[in-house]
Amino acid sequence: MSAGNMRLTLKVWRQSNTDTKGGFENYNLDGVSPDMSFLEMFDILNEQLIEENKEPVAFDHDCREGICGSCSMFINGQPHGPLKGVTTCQLHMRSFQDGDTITVEPWRAGAFPVIKDLVVDRDGFDRIISAGGFVSVNTGNAQDANSLPIPKENADEAFSAAACIACGACVAACKNASAMLFVSAKISQLALLPQGQAERSIRAEKMVAQMDAEGFGNCTNTHACSAECPKEISFENIARMNREYIGAKSSSKVL
Amino acid sequence: MATSSRLDARIPQGSLEDKWEKYKSSVPLVNPANKRNIEVIVVGTGLAGASAAATLAEMGYKVKAFCFQDSPRRAHSIAAQGGINAAKNYQNDGDSVHRLFYDTIKGGDYRSREANVHRLAEVSGNIIDQCVAQGVPFAREYGGLLSNRSFGGVQVQRTFYAAGQTGQQLLLGAYSGLQRQVGMGTITMYNRHEMLDVVKIDGKCRGIIARNLVTGELERHSAHAVLLCTGGYGNVFYLSTNAMGSNVTAAWKAHKRGAFFANPCFTQIHPTCIPVSGEHQSKLTLMSESLRNDGRIWVPKKQNDTRAGNEIPEEERDYYLERRYPAFGNLVPRDIASRAAKERCDAGYGVGSSKLAVFLDFSAAFHRYGQGEANKNNITNAPESQILEWGKAVVKEKYGNLFDMYKQITGEDPYEVPMRIYPAVHYTMGGLWVDYNLMTTVPGLYSLGEANFSDHGANRLGASALMQGLADGYFVIPITVGAYLAGEIRTGHISTDHEAFVQTEKEVSDRIQKLITIQGKTSPEVFHRRLGKIMWDKCGMARNEKGLKEAIVEIRALREEFWKDVKVMGKIGDFNPELDKANRVADFIELGELMCIDALTRDESCGGHFREEFQTEEGEALRDDENFMFVSAWEHIATEKWELHKEDLVYDNIKIAQRSYK
Repeated sequence: MSAGNMRLTLKVWRQSNTDTKGGFENYNLDGVSPDMSFLEMFDILNEQLIEENKEPVAFDHDCREGICGSCSMFINGQPHGPLKGVTTCQLHMRSFQDGDTITVEPWRAGAFPVIKDLVVDRDGFDRIISAGGFVSVNTGNAQDANSLPIPKENADEAFSAAACIACGACVAACKNASAMLFVSAKISQLALLPQGQAERSIRAEKMVAQMDAEGFGNCTNTHACSAECPKEISFENIARMNREYIGAKSSSKVL
Repeated sequence: MATSSRLDARIPQGSLEDKWEKYKSSVPLVNPANKRNIEVIVVGTGLAGASAAATLAEMGYKVKAFCFQDSPRRAHSIAAQGGINAAKNYQNDGDSVHRLFYDTIKGGDYRSREANVHRLAEVSGNIIDQCVAQGVPFAREYGGLLSNRSFGGVQVQRTFYAAGQTGQQLLLGAYSGLQRQVGMGTITMYNRHEMLDVVKIDGKCRGIIARNLVTGELERHSAHAVLLCTGGYGNVFYLSTNAMGSNVTAAWKAHKRGAFFANPCFTQIHPTCIPVSGEHQSKLTLMSESLRNDGRIWVPKKQNDTRAGNEIPEEERDYYLERRYPAFGNLVPRDIASRAAKERCDAGYGVGSSKLAVFLDFSAAFHRYGQGEANKNNITNAPESQILEWGKAVVKEKYGNLFDMYKQITGEDPYEVPMRIYPAVHYTMGGLWVDYNLMTTVPGLYSLGEANFSDHGANRLGASALMQGLADGYFVIPITVGAYLAGEIRTGHISTDHEAFVQTEKEVSDRIQKLITIQGKTSPEVFHRRLGKIMWDKCGMARNEKGLKEAIVEIRALREEFWKDVKVMGKIGDFNPELDKANRVADFIELGELMCIDALTRDESCGGHFREEFQTEEGEALRDDENFMFVSAWEHIATEKWELHKEDLVYDNIKIAQRSYK
């Protein structure tokens, strides 16, 4: 149906494992269709490599519909490539031209060590959530869901922050490899909702402390994170996080 | 016909309404001091797994959780779009536990178990309470209360939602509960680990063999109970709405160790997916059923009409669902909507370049909502173009992310031209057979969520998968697992040096070794695609005896070819996605054979299982309650050999009828 006719040169980062030095490899690829997603283009590349008895390129991917947050390619110097508000799996080859050379790298950040090729270790994000990204409510203790009305605008704003998919593009986009957009999105979501109030201060303190412990950098207000975020998480969340954090620190009970 | 003696569903006595309440207050308990010494393994961290792991840890059990993704938050529940049902009756439209129970049994075409479904309906309200308490940002009305919408097969509004990202928000809620316990040290989380076998000692499940997908090492993990929350097997069709990694391996290994597999041929083909665009396609994308609240489905009245959708005048359109099913219209259940689309396309009325698509059109909704906005603002003379603009803004708020996704994938703007949609594999109602306690036929081995079979019969209603996953994890298993674990308080820690662990690990290791040493010519991906084609053509939306018999022969040949000719690159002791995939495809091939055998054995049509030989004059599914009102539970005997066990389905509380949505 759509036997494609785009020809591309791919410059792809190859690295055997965390401890080995990596480097770029060039691959020529024919028969790419503009209807393919970027990852389907990589599927074709990998089939070609297997034919040639070469090891395929490792990359993280799963849902391929822009919601699981697995895919994580740094394409021509931009996380998830040139389009705004789109993950790599939803980027289609119609965004490129026949004859293009495309450079593909993993996320670059000290706190995201490369596991292999384009696959990085993002466990730090899980540890930040473990530090405080929750409401401490055990199953079975909840009151009726409609007993606490929440103004629609607050619910909507909390939802916008909660839409984060933890892909790590914010970290990859930032020259300081800061994770503040990711952390602030969760802090904001819960600070905006009545359910999050009881632990509001301690949450901000603990999540920020874990973020620092993981080795993520600081924010210098260049806004690259929200510009590159596939879910367009607002930069305002970082301002809110800073207010939450300062408020928490000024009355801190944490030693 | 009588239920096989090997299948005891352990349904509590008493009236349907009282069973669960009575059961809860009489089930054996494990005291807090003993819980600390009891270990539970949870495989899979979607809605069922994450909620179960978090809740069991809160109760005091020692939990180990496993997922193959790099984070538990990425399990495929995250992709569920439309919503979650609950019998809250917040809309005052006559909803009740009984009505949700009834709709689910009817929607499942009378092939699900009454007691399980009633319990599901009973706990549905608690799920919403729990999620709101966790900070899940459901959609709300201006008064601050929760908003609801309708889904297929239902005439009330009981679906709670968070834009088109309900699964994401619910999973992040369950995940936050899980990570909280990880932080407290009560759950040990194993990311990038895949379960490759179940370990049995003296007939009981005592642990698993898992593979660390980063290092390739095999690991032994023991526990007093193992919960498989590993999702469905729709990827047996290669193309489906499932995530690329979704697989049957954990459930299949359990099956081969003695867990019966129930109703494997019951698969759900979802009517509203983005059509296939070419050979390169790796997966299909769903457009949420919620769109059928406002979108109208149609095809041209003329065959082979090549005009663009918006150029075809109103009187030349056939709104075939509204025509055939006036009572439910565009909101008929999924199996019916899918078959109706296939019928129109097969008859030559399909649209788009492949002719395998129908239109899902929002122009009426744009007009209706736009007019509503005009009325709200007392504007009586607005031009139609302005009304449509207002209407589009309202639709954007409801479904904006879905419209964006459609545009991104197809390159067409659904605000301007109707969407093109076609059915695609989405969900599997079949799965591991479980009793009322969610225990499989292997003592100590449980199955939750989509991985089990119990609640959706032959067809699942929209927004009920999220409900079932969270019901099983938050509210059912924490109670029912006690019935078994109360007998395990004297067992003590189970050593992984036991011969059974050594032997099982060796079997897993031998298989991996074999996969990588074949060094044939064909990649696992190619085998997967070939399997998918056989399954879709012969065990898909419509099946018949001849096709199924052919498929069984073809699949057996494919299996033999696979084990002679598969080509797996890379090394064993390494991060190696090709090896992971080869392992999964090998299991899918075996499952495909069983699905066809099951479909061939069931000489009737029901729900998603449509045998062409069994249909009414109007082309509706023709059930045979006299001979097939049972669950098919298959016991694995040997390669190409299974034994069928039947669990009779008894309906004491519902009048069986031909399912009608007219």
